Amino acid sequence: MTAVRPAVPRSPAAPAARRFLRNRMARAGAVFLACVGLLALAAPLVAGHDPNAVDLAAFREPPSAAHLLGTDSSGRDVFARLVHAGRVSLLVGLLSALAAVALGTLLGALAGMFGGPVDAVVMRAADVVLSFPSLVVVVVLAGVFGPSTAMLVLVFAAGNWPTACRVVRGLTLSLREREYVQAARAFGAGRPTVIGRHVLPAVLPQVAVVGTLLVAQLILLEAVLSFLGLGVQPPQASWGNMLTDAQNLTLIQTMPWLWLPPGLAIALTVLAVNFVGDGLRDAVDPKGARS
Amino acid sequence: MLSYLLRRLLTGAAVFLLISVGVFLLVRAAPGDPVLMMVDPEQLAAGGPAFLAAKRAELGLDQPLPVTYGIWLRDALGGDLGYSFVSRRPVAEVLGERMGPTVLLMGTALAIGLVLAVAAGTVAATRRNTAIDYATTVASLGTVSVPSFFLGIATIYLFSLKLGWTPSSGMSTPGGGGAADVSAHLVLPAAVLGLSIAGPFTRYVRAGLLAELGADYVRTAEAKGAGPARVLVRHALRNALVPLVTVVMISVPQLLAGAVALEQVFSWPGMGQLAVSSVGMLDYPVVIGFAMFVALLVLVCNLAADLLYAAADPRISLS
Repeated sequence: MTAVRPAVPRSPAAPAARRFLRNRMARAGAVFLACVGLLALAAPLVAGHDPNAVDLAAFREPPSAAHLLGTDSSGRDVFARLVHAGRVSLLVGLLSALAAVALGTLLGALAGMFGGPVDAVVMRAADVVLSFPSLVVVVVLAGVFGPSTAMLVLVFAAGNWPTACRVVRGLTLSLREREYVQAARAFGAGRPTVIGRHVLPAVLPQVAVVGTLLVAQLILLEAVLSFLGLGVQPPQASWGNMLTDAQNLTLIQTMPWLWLPPGLAIALTVLAVNFVGDGLRDAVDPKGARS
Repeated sequence: MLSYLLRRLLTGAAVFLLISVGVFLLVRAAPGDPVLMMVDPEQLAAGGPAFLAAKRAELGLDQPLPVTYGIWLRDALGGDLGYSFVSRRPVAEVLGERMGPTVLLMGTALAIGLVLAVAAGTVAATRRNTAIDYATTVASLGTVSVPSFFLGIATIYLFSLKLGWTPSSGMSTPGGGGAADVSAHLVLPAAVLGLSIAGPFTRYVRAGLLAELGADYVRTAEAKGAGPARVLVRHALRNALVPLVTVVMISVPQLLAGAVALEQVFSWPGMGQLAVSSVGMLDYPVVIGFAMFVALLVLVCNLAADLLYAAADPRISLS
């Protein structure tokens, strides 16, 4: 028996990827998301109709061969709107989660690395920001400045950085005491260098988990706000604003094709993102899995 | 303890002041002249610009910004949040009469959510890693994934329109009323809102209970002959529910956010519905009054969460 040491040190990514792929629900979620993503990307090719083409002669028609999911109150094709809406809803969710996580990671690393008053101010701000529901903030800002998609992304990013910040701060505090970081400091590496070279790569897996779960939350939030008329504005379709019409009882009762498809699209997509996020968390941190 | 309380109150007040500056700037940024909205058009026509300037001076709006902020804050703290552009009534009064229905909806939803979460969390923790445990995990992921407004529409479709079991909207039947009537209207929105918070709560109950069931005192209780039910309910569950108090307090503002959407779906005459319809009618004073109310609620809930956490667990010392 000879002790064979691998020539290349194995990265922790490989076993994590294996653990992720063993998780059946995470796998199903990933496949579903890939399909939704492809449909959204290929929206103009698969839609078959212009999502904003108004046809008052074909008003609220039930599903047929010409209109797979029927038409809405302006005679627009529901399927075409559904796939185009996917683009907006996914983009808002991804973009704002990315911005929130980037901001949170930066602030968390700074707070953990510098400590003292920087830490105190950042963490206090995190507590306050986290306790304000983004939904209410958007309601108020939309009330004063008028609703817009750009504002959604800004408020989502500004209101959701604390989760990533807390995680990164905690990891940075423990990384700061590790020998290799101490060694780097002793060799004269400044704190920004340590953050860039040692902290950011080390926290990336955990940040990815936080970010994925945040995407799910923000897709939901965009949907609610657009449903209330405070988010993505028509004629631009989003999954949420496609349901705005469903505040009318006759329509709910007799035209389920108008509200069921976008509602299911939101629910299934968010569920899939949550499955993937849960799978990632268990893969990144096997000790914490199902504790 | 006292010094901690004092410090928390001070930081709370500082945060509230900061927020009030933000809200005040929003008030000033809001389009539309509040004085024009307030004065009687006939008086304005008679008095002209001089009358308008006098009115402005009377309200202190001709002063520099920091002074107007001081006046605004003093009035706001005294409960004077200005007048609604739409109903021309004081904002505090308009918001106040909507508070009851919202508190009723949130309270019932909270009760439903907690009962569901304690039941599901207990079952999941005591039958750990069985099919029923995995099922509760998936179910709790499901409840946080389905948008509550969509679930609300779906329940209206099924229970109100197809089965005819419950009324579909409003808080009482016109001309009717009474506790039974209001309850019938309350069931669906409260159940949907309760379900939306039951998911995260279930996870806390499960994790907390698992930690307690592994503790030494549980083994001691078992060794002394306490039956499994007694150990679970009298010993482990009681301790596991302590941290939940904090989670519940922190969730109250989120619950209010959830109520905003459901009040709209179920035409429930609460503050959320008022806020959304005020946005639609460009009634800024009401929207801003709602913002001030939420800010106060958030700060009070955070403080309560900290204090309850310490009060419920003597091992925690606040310093």
